[in-house]
Parts: sequence; structure tokens; C-alpha cells
Amino acid sequence: MSEAAASAHADHGAHEPAGFWSHYVFSTDHKMIGRQFLFLGLFMLIIGGILAMLIRWQLAWPETEVPGLGWVPEPHMYEGIIPPSTYNMLFTMHATIMIFFVVMPIMVGGFGNFLIPIMIGAKDMAFPLLNMLSFWVGAVAGVLMIASFFVVGGAASGGWTSYTPLTGAAVYTGVNWGINLWVLSLFVLAFSSLMGSINYITTLINMRAPGMTYFRLPLSIWSLFITAVLLLLALPVLTAALGMLFFDRVFATNFFLPAGGMPLLWQHLFWFFGHPEVYILVLPAMGVTSDILSVFSRKPIFGYRAMAYSMIALAFLSWIVWGHHMFVSGMNPLLGTAFMLTTMVIAVPSAIKTFNWLGTLWGGSIRFTVPLLFAIGFVSNFVIGGLSGVFMASTPVDIFIHDTYFIVAHFHYVVAGIIFAMFAAIYFWFPKMFGRMTNHTWGVVHFIGTYVFFNLTFFPMHFLGVGGHMRRIYNPMQYEYLEQFGDMNVFITISAFCLAIAQIPFVVNFIWSLFAGEKASENPWEANTLEWTAPSPPPHGNFATTPQVYRGPYEYSSPEVEEDWLPQTRPLGAAAATGH
Amino acid sequence: MMSWLPENVSTYGGQIDYLFYLIYYITAAALILVTVLMVAFLIIYRQREGRKAVYTHGNTALELTWTVIPAVILLMLSFMSISTWGEIKIYAPPAEYEVRVVGKQFNWDVFHPGPDGKLDTEDDIKIENEVHVPVDKVVHVQLQASDVIHSFFVPSFRVKQDAVPGRNILVWFEVTKPGKYELPCAELCGFGHSGMLGWVIVHTPEDFEKFLKENQEQG
Repeated sequence: MSEAAASAHADHGAHEPAGFWSHYVFSTDHKMIGRQFLFLGLFMLIIGGILAMLIRWQLAWPETEVPGLGWVPEPHMYEGIIPPSTYNMLFTMHATIMIFFVVMPIMVGGFGNFLIPIMIGAKDMAFPLLNMLSFWVGAVAGVLMIASFFVVGGAASGGWTSYTPLTGAAVYTGVNWGINLWVLSLFVLAFSSLMGSINYITTLINMRAPGMTYFRLPLSIWSLFITAVLLLLALPVLTAALGMLFFDRVFATNFFLPAGGMPLLWQHLFWFFGHPEVYILVLPAMGVTSDILSVFSRKPIFGYRAMAYSMIALAFLSWIVWGHHMFVSGMNPLLGTAFMLTTMVIAVPSAIKTFNWLGTLWGGSIRFTVPLLFAIGFVSNFVIGGLSGVFMASTPVDIFIHDTYFIVAHFHYVVAGIIFAMFAAIYFWFPKMFGRMTNHTWGVVHFIGTYVFFNLTFFPMHFLGVGGHMRRIYNPMQYEYLEQFGDMNVFITISAFCLAIAQIPFVVNFIWSLFAGEKASENPWEANTLEWTAPSPPPHGNFATTPQVYRGPYEYSSPEVEEDWLPQTRPLGAAAATGH
Repeated sequence: MMSWLPENVSTYGGQIDYLFYLIYYITAAALILVTVLMVAFLIIYRQREGRKAVYTHGNTALELTWTVIPAVILLMLSFMSISTWGEIKIYAPPAEYEVRVVGKQFNWDVFHPGPDGKLDTEDDIKIENEVHVPVDKVVHVQLQASDVIHSFFVPSFRVKQDAVPGRNILVWFEVTKPGKYELPCAELCGFGHSGMLGWVIVHTPEDFEKFLKENQEQG
């Protein structure tokens, strides 16, 4: 960017309304909204993490006093001892918060907002006001969810899957308004996502810079595009089901109760949303991982089109695999056979992605930055989570491992593994978001701690599952055949505590870098995509002049230029000669 | 990893374990392959002075190979799974003994047929949390639930089936070894879910006669 353009930016910035409220709180700038979603998600990550630690305490040392929690009033805890009803609440809220208030806000809300306009060369989203509304509606949903901890009876305790009839009437769980608020919160959150997805899709179709064709989009943008389509089509199904569940609970309509309705209907509706939801969570992680691997391998992504098409394939197939959550539910077993076939097929695009990531590393000139390490960590975990999924896809094997810790291990490798892509993205775009670099050494320490203790926590859960250890049980010592797993549960718990402690370097690094980190240049990673042509951090409006795009995002180590990167906006040859 | 699997004592459990082992070896091989390649690439292709990365956008033949091979393996696994699945869940052999198990918060109510050999008659034997069955006989369980969903899980039989209120779901098994096997509930069913535990007691023919007789006398 020229000096003149940069000063034009400064002028533009000076004309912005600079009030605190309009700048930091009710901002319509996609970058501020992205940061708001990021902070919301990081805050909720702390809460979700604390819940996980309490779950692990109970599993390692059942029915003993949790240190420092003696003050929690009955009936939530009894002199620091977690009762079964509270335990059920802990894992229900842990999953709900991590899925809906951590991964979705950070990956879809945070990076979706921050990256989409700036990576396609637009000044902002198509509907900035709707974008602001999307965040604030999401925040209301978060407040409702947190409020549910404080109502009589405590928060929801029917599992994040909320199977009916257990959650269809307050009598079965003893939780009344806790579950009602859970339903309302997710109902409200769905509108936030709906507004966001409409905005993303409209922006992506209409506001790409000149020359930015669909097949010149970075894969992170492709992934967010596909995610937005999934959100638009999947979430309304959950919203409708939640509405019916609320009616069942409050007006005894019996949609999901055997007297006049059907318990399995809830499961079909829930998983019809729930399986696309898994891809809503994991696709953006795949997208940012692809971008980061390419940047730091200094190589074009291997098989760009195959990567884009495999994400589209994942999205389509994700609509027709929901029955694999229901192999032992009492669903027609012939349907089980059909869903097994579709589930096996969905493993193929996942395999393509993994091999293409390997192909990207092959022959590269790999720079071991913190974002690269976390991206590698994501791939490594995704491979384990993907392969363990094959066990569940096989219907007969699923009979045994369904509802055991094998499943818990599997979905933590996939969904909790997303946290590696999330950290990769935070370290990668931190300079652009906040104008400062993070500390490399502490980033490496954070990565090693997180990678080691993540695996020590979740890998042994496979063994528990193979041994038949059910998920969602309060005290494994109540079962003779599980007594042998006492030591392993202690091991997992200690690993989980270490995993939590390993996040301290991140918190310190994040906060320290925010205020005192080294100032970031425009393009500290020598990357090609459009956001790196804007100042760090970019002003409201992003670009002084609309960028012109000449090529795809992955022209690293191109023989056409001497340096090993070639920005999407740099004219070469005839275009450069005509000054276009 | 395999040593953690509980001992299998049902006729079809071996088939499930076989598929389990097969998938285990295939996925373990894939995991080792990918991990070794990744670590090797990270070491070999680390940034070094004077070397530029290879400029390539992909290789169609290679990409087709790694699409087709997993697809073939996965389809093979599907077809191998279909027959076992059908045997366990679709084509149950005729019953040689039949019981009814009803899940309720937080117990299993078990109804055994009395001397007339039929359920739903006056001489039914109701026992809480104990399923008594003969060894080497095809046992049908009529699985029901009276309040919320429970799940009938016998790890040693490789049996798991949800019990759904309003439904009567058939579960069958044939046990090859007498003994006492744990029957936990595997689906979250409320605050008492953990510890909702029954037993399947598999009798030798003589023992089973004795069990029936004792309960008739009590009845």
C-alpha cells in the first residue's frame, strides 16, 4: 500500500464517530463485532473449562470434597461434595457452553465476522446493523444461559442432547426453569446465528472485490461460506424442535412424550440439526488450518479445488448421516444400514482433506511459527478423531461403544480439537486484529503444554470406552467391571488439570501482547491474502481503495517472482505494465 | 487396547469383536502412516537457507489414489458390517425363552414367565434388577420403559438397546457361559442414572430348573 493511501486511511479514521459506546459496544464495524464474539467466546471458555474440571474431580475422586468449594449452598453441593443432580448439570452445561458459546462464537462469529469482508476485499458486511444485532442477540442468549445457573433447581441437567421424555416434563429431572431457560437461550441464539448467516452469504455473493472469483477465495472463506449455508438451513430445525419442547414443558402439548407424541421424534429433529452442527463447528477450523499450513509451508495448498469440493461434499453429506447417532435408539434397523453407508462415505472427503494437508507440507519450506504448530496439532487430533469415527460408523461395533467413553474420546478429538485451530487462528490474525505481535516463546510453551496434556487427557478415554465405561455416569465405582479403571480416571483428571494450567501462558501472552506486544507491520507473516494489504489493525472501512485481485490466494514460492510470496493484489506482466 | 474389552459370552459378540479388531488394525495403520509422514515432512522440509519450497498445486493421480483407496476400504467395512447388523437387530432367531424388562427411574423391572411359559399371565415372576435366563438358549427380551428412555446394556454380551416409552423393542441374545453379568443403564435417565444397575444371571439347565421351582413355590 502506498504512503498516500495509508494517510488517506488515517484521515478516514479521524472522521469516524469516536465515542466509546459506538466504537466498542454498539459498533457496526465487522472487525469490532468479530472481536466482541472472540471475547464472548474466550470468557465462556473459562466457564466451560471450570465445569469440566469439576466433572473430572468427581470421576477421579467420587463423592469427595472439592477443595475450596465448601461454601456452595445446598442442594447444589453438600459441604463441597458434588451430588448426582449437580453432576448431571455440570456435563450438560459444559457441552452446551463449549459448543454454542465457545466454538460457534469464536470460529463462526469471531473469525467469520473479522475475516469475511477483509479477505474478499469488501469495506464491511452487507448489513452492518444486522451484524451488530446478531452479536447483541447472541449476548442475550449468553446471559439467559448463565442466568439458568441461578434459578431454583439449578441449570439444565438433561444432557446437551436433551433427550425427551427426560427433558419433556420437569418431573423427570426435577429441573424446571433451568431447562426452560436452556431452551429459551438456544432459541434466541438461533436468531443470532440466522442473522449472521444471512449476512455472510449476502456479503460473499455480492461484495467480492473485482477479480475475486469464487475459486480465488481463500479456503477459510470457503469454509465460512459453507458453514453459513449450513447454519441457515440446519438451525431452524433445532429452533422448531426447541419451540415444541418448550410447549411440551410449559403447556403439556406432548409432542415428544408417548401420550400423543413420540420420544424418537426429538432425536430425529435434534440430530437432523446436530450432525450439520458438527460441520458448522469443524469446517471453519479446516479452513483456517488450510490457510495457515499453506502460508507457513510457503507452498500453494495441495489440491485447492479438491479442498473446496470436499468441504461442499461434507456439507451435503452431513444432512444424511444423522441416524448414526441413533443406531441403538429403537429406530428401524434397516435405516441403520442406510445411515451406516452414508456415514462411511462422509469419511472419504475427510480423508481427502488430511492427505491434502500432508501434500501441502511435502516439499515445503516450513516456518515453525506458533500458528503453524497449532494447525499441525489440529490436523493430528482430527486424524485421531476421524479414524475413531470409523468404529462408530460400523453399526455392530457401535452397539458396544455407543454411549461409552469411546464416544467421549471421539468427539473431544474432533470438537475439542477445534480449539487447536482456534488458537492457530488467534495467533495468526492477532497482529491484524490488535496491531501487535504475540510472544513466540510463550506461544510455543502454550502449544507444547496444550498438545501433550490434551492427548494425555483424551486418548486414555478410548480405553475406558473399550472397557464399557458409560458416559454421563456420576460414579464409576458403582459398577464392579469398572473398578479397574479407578487409576486411569485419576490419571485423566490430573492430565485435564494440567491442560487447564497449560492455558495460563496463553492468557498472560494474550493480555500482555494486547498492550505491550511488539507493533505489527502490515504483513508480518509475508502472506498473500487481502487482509495483509490493510494496515494493522485496519481502520473502519478496511481499504482506502477497493483492491483489484489478480490471482488465487496460495501463490507461494511462485517462479514468477523472486520472493516466496505473491500477494493476490500485485499486478504482474501485462496488468502491471498497463498500471491496472 | 484390546485387553480392556470385557470377556465376550454371547454367540454374536465374537462377530462384533472381529469387526472391532479389523477396524482397529486398519485405523491404527492409517494413524501410523499419517503420523510418520507428517513428522518426516516437518523435519525434512523445515525452512533452510537457500532452498525454496516446491511450487505445485497438486497431483490429480495422487489425489485420485487417496480418494479411491479409503473409499474402497470404507465400503468394504460397510458390507462386512451389514450381515452382522442384520443378524443382531433384524433377523432374530425364534425365542426359546422370553422375558420382559421394563426400565423405570431407576430400576429394571423384570418379568419372567411362570410355569405356563407365557408372559402376561397371573403366574408371572416379577423380580427387580435381576434377569434370570438359561445358558445356550435364544432369549428374547421385550424391552420397554415406563417413564423416560433407558438403555439395556450388557457389556459381556455386546448388547445395547434403548428402551423407549410407548414402544416394545425386541432384544435377543444367546449366552454361552453361565454366570452373573452386570446390566447397567447406558442412557442418561435422571439424577439416579448412575448406579441404575441390574444383573443378568445365566443359569445352567439344572440351576434354571431350581430357580423356576423356587419362585413357583413362593408364588
